[in-house]
Amino acid sequence: MSTPANRSSRGSTVVMAVYLIFLLLPIYWLVNMSLKTNFEINSGVTLWPQALTFEHYIKIFTDSSWYSGYVNSLTYVVLNTVISITLALPAAYAFSRYRFVGEKHLFFWLLSNRMAPPAVFALPFFNLYSAIGLFDTPWAVALAHCLFNVPLAVWILEGFMSGVPREIDETAAIDGYSFPRFFVRIFMPLIASGIGVAAFFCFMFSWVELLLARTLTATNAKPIAVTMTRTVSAAGMDWGLLAAAGVLTIIPGALVIWFVRNYIAKGFALGRV
Amino acid sequence: MEKPLNNRAWLLVAPVFLIVAFSAIVPIMTVVNYSVQDTFGNNQFFWNGLGWFQELLDPTTELGGRFFDALWRNLLFSAIILAIEVPLGILVALSMPREGWKVAATLVVMALPLLIPWNVVGTIWQVFARADIGLAGWAINALGIDYNYTGDSLAAWITIVVMDVWHWTSLVALLCYAGLKSIPDAYYQAARIDGASRWAVFTTIQLPKMKRVLLIAVLLRFMDSFMIYTEPFVLTGGGPGNATTFLSIDLVKLALGQFDLGKAAAMSLVYNLIVLALCWVFYTVMTNTGAERQQGETPA
Repeated sequence: MSTPANRSSRGSTVVMAVYLIFLLLPIYWLVNMSLKTNFEINSGVTLWPQALTFEHYIKIFTDSSWYSGYVNSLTYVVLNTVISITLALPAAYAFSRYRFVGEKHLFFWLLSNRMAPPAVFALPFFNLYSAIGLFDTPWAVALAHCLFNVPLAVWILEGFMSGVPREIDETAAIDGYSFPRFFVRIFMPLIASGIGVAAFFCFMFSWVELLLARTLTATNAKPIAVTMTRTVSAAGMDWGLLAAAGVLTIIPGALVIWFVRNYIAKGFALGRV
Repeated sequence: MEKPLNNRAWLLVAPVFLIVAFSAIVPIMTVVNYSVQDTFGNNQFFWNGLGWFQELLDPTTELGGRFFDALWRNLLFSAIILAIEVPLGILVALSMPREGWKVAATLVVMALPLLIPWNVVGTIWQVFARADIGLAGWAINALGIDYNYTGDSLAAWITIVVMDVWHWTSLVALLCYAGLKSIPDAYYQAARIDGASRWAVFTTIQLPKMKRVLLIAVLLRFMDSFMIYTEPFVLTGGGPGNATTFLSIDLVKLALGQFDLGKAAAMSLVYNLIVLALCWVFYTVMTNTGAERQQGETPA
């Protein structure tokens, strides 16, 4: 083996190690704080918990408002993912297979919604969903998140669908498959990984968004991330509880990543590499 | 092969069109409606014409002044994070392990910050950077540097930039990694036979192949940093003073804090138009590179 190659691979390992430590250190600190008592947190910096405690986690799991925060968040995230993918599938097929009047303008308009600042939409959404009686339900948040997730899903799925040769559609038509049957039985299995990637992205962006979710809910559908802001009490910040809640919001994301880890890189290129 | 023309494809697109129109056009019309009116409470509205727009685009007024301050602040922020995250992302992508369990493990750790709710990202950096309870804040002060991000504008900026680098560099790195993986091994073998240096391989093989994904990365990062809200809101609340009040934070302060609907609506529209213009540039550049690539690669 030549020495320059070895040197460069050692350099890579160092860069990677430093970067991963940089990523993990703040997360470690959060976990660390969630396992300390508030007395220990406030009395100075300790690198690991001196008196290990699970009191903050116990508090979260026994208090129903914390628990329902998780249920609410997951409800609207799942609803949104299902709606986005279901609607985006036929649209992405149309974009990948046909030319039609206004195709390019429509695609650009869809894309522009992915880029629109949620802050612009916060107040009008509040008015809109109050007017139609959906305010403070998971449906309001799920529909609001469609604003950016549907265009994203169309974009990703279109990329994957364009990778499937059009001859397959034609062969299926000759074999007597009706369009819906062809689409569900033959076409969807072919782009299964694309559907997975698109669902992952919808899940991700709906899960991490807070501004709209907070504006559109009051008490009944309050997401977990908003419940967290309650940890400021009269006695000052409850840092331990805040940290424990933070750790618990990282877990669903981590689980999802683990399941789709083989598609992550491909998905981040939006299926177009 | 040219796609066939078929206007019945609109039937397939209709559901998406309807739901996005419901979520986009109806609210935007509300905004347009507010932007030409003034209110003195009690739900009474008065016609104000283009008054708010004139005030907004004139930097000498109070409203125009704060809008342009926030706009420049936001552009500076976007420029800084792009200057850091893009080169760093490329470096990380080039340093990715080649095979084995290490690849999966690295990918999972790298994607982790992307899946954390944005206010929790703010919280993580709050407890990490605070001088009294945070590891970073404590360590920097222990080195003898006076650091307190809640009181000092420069420290607040640095903290927000580092937070954003922590949060989003992985996105750039993962995109570049996906681009790098699409380069066939034969290219590298040819380069080795020619005795090309590491730098030559990077500039003549890897960088051109990454151009497209890099473009997506730059534009996604630019757009998202241009509408950043939650993380700095949790970390600094826009302070100290107005030092870290970016466009979205300013807008929410105006709309939901002061309930100044007319001003906020005018600002929303201008803000949205800026984004739309940038988005158009994005789309044009992307479709053009896409077309070039197809022409270049498939002569048949």
